[in-house]
Amino acid sequence: MSEAIGHAEARHAEAHHEVGFIRHYVFSTDHKMIGKQFLSLGLSMFLVGGLLAMLVRWELAWPESAVPGFSWVPEPTMFGGIIPPETYNGFFTMHATIMIFFAVMPILVGCFGNFLIPLMIGARDMAFPVLNMLSFWVSFVAGGIMLSSFFVEGGPAAGGWTSYAPLSSVPVYSGVTWGQHLWCISLIVLGISSLMGSINYITTVINMRAPGMSWFRLPLAIWSLFITAVLLLLSLPVLTSALAMLLFDRMAGTQFFLPSGGGEPLLWQHLFWFFGHPEVYILILPAMGIASEILPVFARKPIFGYRAMAFSMIGIAFLSWVVWGHHMFQSGMSPALGNTFMLSTMVIAVPSAIKTFNWLGTLWRGDIHFTTPMLNALAFVSMFVIGGLSGIFMASTPVDIFIHDTYYIVAHIHYVVFGGSIFGAFAAIYYWFPKMYGRMMNETLGKIHFWLSFIFFNGTFFPMHIIGVGGHMRRIYNPTQYDFLKPLQHWNVFITVCALCLGASQILLIVNYFWSMFAGRVASKNPWNANTLEWEAPTPPPHGNFPGELPTVYRGPYEYSSPEVSEDFLPQARRLERRTAAAH
Amino acid sequence: MLSWWLPENVSSYGAQIDTLFYVIYYVTGVTFFLVQGALVAFMLMYRHREGRRATYTHGNTALEIAWTIAPAVLLVILGVASRSVWADIKQHVPPSDVFIQVTAKQFNWEIAYPGLDGKIGTEDDVTIDNEVHVPVDKTVRLLLKSRDVIHSFFIPNARFKQDLVPGHEIPAWFKILKPGDYEIPCAELCGFGHSGMKGTLHVHPQAEYEAWVRENKAAPIAPAKTS
Repeated sequence: MSEAIGHAEARHAEAHHEVGFIRHYVFSTDHKMIGKQFLSLGLSMFLVGGLLAMLVRWELAWPESAVPGFSWVPEPTMFGGIIPPETYNGFFTMHATIMIFFAVMPILVGCFGNFLIPLMIGARDMAFPVLNMLSFWVSFVAGGIMLSSFFVEGGPAAGGWTSYAPLSSVPVYSGVTWGQHLWCISLIVLGISSLMGSINYITTVINMRAPGMSWFRLPLAIWSLFITAVLLLLSLPVLTSALAMLLFDRMAGTQFFLPSGGGEPLLWQHLFWFFGHPEVYILILPAMGIASEILPVFARKPIFGYRAMAFSMIGIAFLSWVVWGHHMFQSGMSPALGNTFMLSTMVIAVPSAIKTFNWLGTLWRGDIHFTTPMLNALAFVSMFVIGGLSGIFMASTPVDIFIHDTYYIVAHIHYVVFGGSIFGAFAAIYYWFPKMYGRMMNETLGKIHFWLSFIFFNGTFFPMHIIGVGGHMRRIYNPTQYDFLKPLQHWNVFITVCALCLGASQILLIVNYFWSMFAGRVASKNPWNANTLEWEAPTPPPHGNFPGELPTVYRGPYEYSSPEVSEDFLPQARRLERRTAAAH
Repeated sequence: MLSWWLPENVSSYGAQIDTLFYVIYYVTGVTFFLVQGALVAFMLMYRHREGRRATYTHGNTALEIAWTIAPAVLLVILGVASRSVWADIKQHVPPSDVFIQVTAKQFNWEIAYPGLDGKIGTEDDVTIDNEVHVPVDKTVRLLLKSRDVIHSFFIPNARFKQDLVPGHEIPAWFKILKPGDYEIPCAELCGFGHSGMKGTLHVHPQAEYEAWVRENKAAPIAPAKTS
């Protein structure tokens, strides 16, 4: 790029920087501000979803007893603080819906996708900044619609986040009317947001990489976000179509999912899981990318097997389209299909194993610094391993007969989505906070938050394997109604106490986040001595990201402890004199 | 080992499921300790020390191939082993001695036994909510239906679980090896009364079962016939 254009862009960037409050903080087209907006949305909804989880846990430990401090909630939602079964079903449905669609996706895909892609590939912004802004505000509207469903008659959707028809398609079966309508509408709207975001991410990564940033010099976080965007682009329309059919069944008298009208209940499950399994990888792939970014920085060592890491993510993305039936082994689908889906599911475990071994290889003979982001990234690896291994039990069709729809699956999904995605998100927040806000987060508070989260996370979710293998069904309101579950009830109490502590521990993150934003130690340009391009930009980066010319990339992103230099890092954009001499 | 973990098994095929469970348990258990052990060991051995410099390496192709093939082989073996057990349970219904029909509805199991004519769907069917009576050591064939939403017929002690889907008639079977009473919870969310939707499986010794059949005018045990 010529210098003249560079200067013109820099001036352009300055002009943009002087926009008013509304354009800067609300209707911003700057990818960094949009990233922060997604982070605010995601963290707020994380608190709402977490609170719902606490209420669900309270009911399971001390069934049909009043929740302290909730006697003000009007009937029929609660009765003097006691949660009735209808409300309980609504709470766990909304807990999962909010956590998956409005907490983990906005934080990992919305926030870090937006914040990192232009900075790490060396671009000034996304390819379509206005579309990017719309993507956020559309998802904000979707979140508003979802939350509004708590306040309609009949309460929010109560058919589980999977909303199996016909429970979800015939209002009289669940007693929920507008709650489920709004659930469908909210997710259709959110699908539009995801579509806009994913087109933007894909276009930006393909077209706007800095000079020298070839595909195999891309940081793995960008690989993961790119692949995630492709999965979003292809899977969300399937969910949107299914939701439209569900909404028609509910409101327009169609019977897509009702046998009496020639419909088929299992059609919903096929469509839902055809979206739903890629969705699971949409939740975990960005966290894998984040871990692959943070482990080399704090092990001061190149990532082990860069290409294997990139190709295994591509492999996961392809295979994620042919495993959806493993959610349906006991559904009444032909048992012959069970064999096919079992084998494809066993195969998809292989790329996950490859990634785990490469993360271990990255640590091997490293020089490991235990910062807060590193502790969270290590927890991600460790917890993801548990989530991956427990998945093998469900993949085996006969074992699945017993553990399907028990707490075993609840344990499994939380090891993947909390142990994996959320610890990945924590790692990312602590790691990129300085670049976002120009200040460091407090390390001591961060470490206390990490250890409490790690301990109480395991205290909450590990025993769920045990009660699951004991036969404890998921989504039941009162376990003490079953004789065979009575000996397991003490575990429910233990889990709830840990869950309440886990929830309380998150206060430390919130305190640290806001305190550091205003009073944290001022961050330097590259506080972690990292190689990737975002650390070439000023802290915090101005509109347009890189004042003057865009950086040129000379090497891959993980040249740590390279023999070419005396320091233990070698940024992608640093031009080595020796090379210049050789070129002349 | 670990018998405190899984509930007592009383069905003919439950032992096969439990064996697979324990095989996977030990395979994943060993993997778990190796991987977490390596992780913790590396964290301790390679923690930052003044003057330490990490080894500069980008990977090792032989290792990549090894740790791709090893899990792939192991997983395919687990898949193949699972396949035959699955076929025995879900794909081949053996000749049966007793037949019952389960129709799920919010929030009960409606159990129908053929009457003296030996046929289901006729006027002399014996219909009881939530109580399943079967003889011990006999193959029981079931036909599973639903009147409203999806339910799931779950007998933890028999390692039996099958969803009941409106519009479908799903065949299934079990053979219980030990007399006793076992709970049958619904395992698929089916509405506000889902929790507490349960029945009881009464497994009777032969003579006791025959007495129950006579008393209720249900069809006696027929000579074994294929479904």
